[in-house]
Amino acid sequence: MTAFLSVRDLSVRFATEDGVVRAVDGLSFDVERGRTLGIVGESGSGKSVTNLSVLGLHDPRTTEIEGRILLDGQDLTTAPESVLEKLRGNRMAMIFQDSLTALSPYYTVGRQIAEPFRKHTGASRREARLRAIEMLRKVGIPNPALRVDDYPHQFSGGMRQRAMIAMALVCDPELLIADEPTTALDVTVQAQILDLLKDLQQQTGSAIVLITHDLGVVAGTADDVLVMYAGRAVERGTAREVLRSPRHPYTWGLLGSMPRLTSPVDEPLTPIPGSPPSLLDPPPGCPFHPRCAYVDRVGGDRCRTERPEPPEGRGAACHLPDGAGRGRTR
Amino acid sequence: MLRFLARRTLGALVIILLISAITFFLFFALPSEPALMSCGKNCTADSLAVINKNLGLDQPVPVQYWHYMAGIFTGREFSAGHCPAPCFGYSFANQQPVWDTIVDRFPTTLSIALGGAVVFLVVGVGVGMLAAAFRGTWIDKLFSSLSLLGNALQIYFVGVLALAVLVSGLHWMDNPAYHPITEDPVKWFTGMLIPWLVLSVIFIAGYSRMTRSLMIEQLSEDHVRTARAKGLGRSAVFFRYAWRGALAPIVTIFGIDLGSLFSGAIITEFTFSLHGLGRLAVSSVTGTDLPMLMAVMLVGCTAIVLANIVVDAAYALIDPRVRLA
Repeated sequence: MTAFLSVRDLSVRFATEDGVVRAVDGLSFDVERGRTLGIVGESGSGKSVTNLSVLGLHDPRTTEIEGRILLDGQDLTTAPESVLEKLRGNRMAMIFQDSLTALSPYYTVGRQIAEPFRKHTGASRREARLRAIEMLRKVGIPNPALRVDDYPHQFSGGMRQRAMIAMALVCDPELLIADEPTTALDVTVQAQILDLLKDLQQQTGSAIVLITHDLGVVAGTADDVLVMYAGRAVERGTAREVLRSPRHPYTWGLLGSMPRLTSPVDEPLTPIPGSPPSLLDPPPGCPFHPRCAYVDRVGGDRCRTERPEPPEGRGAACHLPDGAGRGRTR
Repeated sequence: MLRFLARRTLGALVIILLISAITFFLFFALPSEPALMSCGKNCTADSLAVINKNLGLDQPVPVQYWHYMAGIFTGREFSAGHCPAPCFGYSFANQQPVWDTIVDRFPTTLSIALGGAVVFLVVGVGVGMLAAAFRGTWIDKLFSSLSLLGNALQIYFVGVLALAVLVSGLHWMDNPAYHPITEDPVKWFTGMLIPWLVLSVIFIAGYSRMTRSLMIEQLSEDHVRTARAKGLGRSAVFFRYAWRGALAPIVTIFGIDLGSLFSGAIITEFTFSLHGLGRLAVSSVTGTDLPMLMAVMLVGCTAIVLANIVVDAAYALIDPRVRLA
């Protein structure tokens, strides 16, 4: 029995002018209905690419996808475009980061929300409009019957993001992918949006993939966590496990670089030294080894030469013995 | 929208007034002696003075300007008789009422310009969209090469080529000629077809390349990706979202090109010996025919200014962010 969304050995390669970029490399993860998976990583770690390929929104001329993406048992990587069109916005939907550019400036918010509903349910214009108003009410837009005829630029940033959530949820999707849904918003609005997502999940029981670089968001929202680095999974586990007892030096670094309420205000943050590797020419062995302080703790030259096994279930892709880093973070 | 239109119309009136004043005063800054035109061979100082008085040229220039502009709205009395509004005076060259000549010539230029614009907008934008939809394929490459070729061409070259091949060589068409659309729409169409095609060639190249790059840019926009994420089909995404986004800049550029459209129409007139405003403008300058020159300038710039208002209104219809500003 596979999970509702099951990604197996996914590899995504882009042809660019400088060569082939391995944006995602051998990634596997599962999401069940009613649960939220947080995917964490720096910019360029492959989080967004992974999820664009789940929806089939990559550019097929430059992108090569290997592995399997199973939605409710159906392989999306081999599905024809017509099948994907029927799934997108209907059984699987996506919320994008920047609601100003992600909504079209030329159509009213209501029309953009109603559009997928009409397309997937065959509803009439009137029914779809009523549905759009109902969705706007659901996501907490005041006066939805009036605001439905507004254009996106007449909404505030937080309201636009709510409208985008309304658009994604209009067909009650079973899988919702939220790509940095709160990054462009200020902190109080961010908390409201995350609460809203949680509420809506409780009503519909959908599976949520939450892409973020913010561990605070993960701690408050996700059930499970997948940490990505250089297109690979480096650590997996429940949110509690990964945040309380992280096993990968990269996760330690991420947690260590966060400000803490208990430490003095003027204490400098501890960044991870170095910068993410080029995916055109990733380092051999463990992709994190050039930035890792624990390379010498591992016998021989294994970190530099041998690629660690990707984590299955709870675990980390690391040659360090389990528990070697216990107590390194809070 | 109404306030927007009212504001633009007021601005347009100011512009037209300014252009008329500049034209009028520039004319008198030239070493011109318009009375000589109608004086004939045995011209004496006395007869010259009489003509000057009859034409009102003995009065100060600002007064003449006032009479001229007032005459457009109220009509004017000349020694030859009453000239009803809109009175643009009598031509110095042939003593005919200027307005009648304008009414006779303007439709030719308007037909060339409007028809040419329709052809190049439809073909240029269409070709650009096709090239963008089939980016990287042989269709795209063919159109790109053709538009490069088209960009290198000029009206007077294409015009003569079209005459040589289509009219003289293959006998597919008759020589271009203007027939009023009200009399015979079919003849109007066939007579104008070659001028339209020739005028549009130079524009098609630019518009197809612009549309192609705008469409490609739009297709990679976030809101187009959102449309795909909603499950919309390829054509709905292409037309409803990408094309809609490309439309606003196309309309903007078209507004900027209106001036060159009219000058293109004038070159086209000359190429095909059609009698339009352009020919009239040139002959009135060389013949120091002030009333005619003024009328051509006023009608021409009113047409361009009006077209600009229409373009701006269209822009406001296309982009809701402009509408409310």
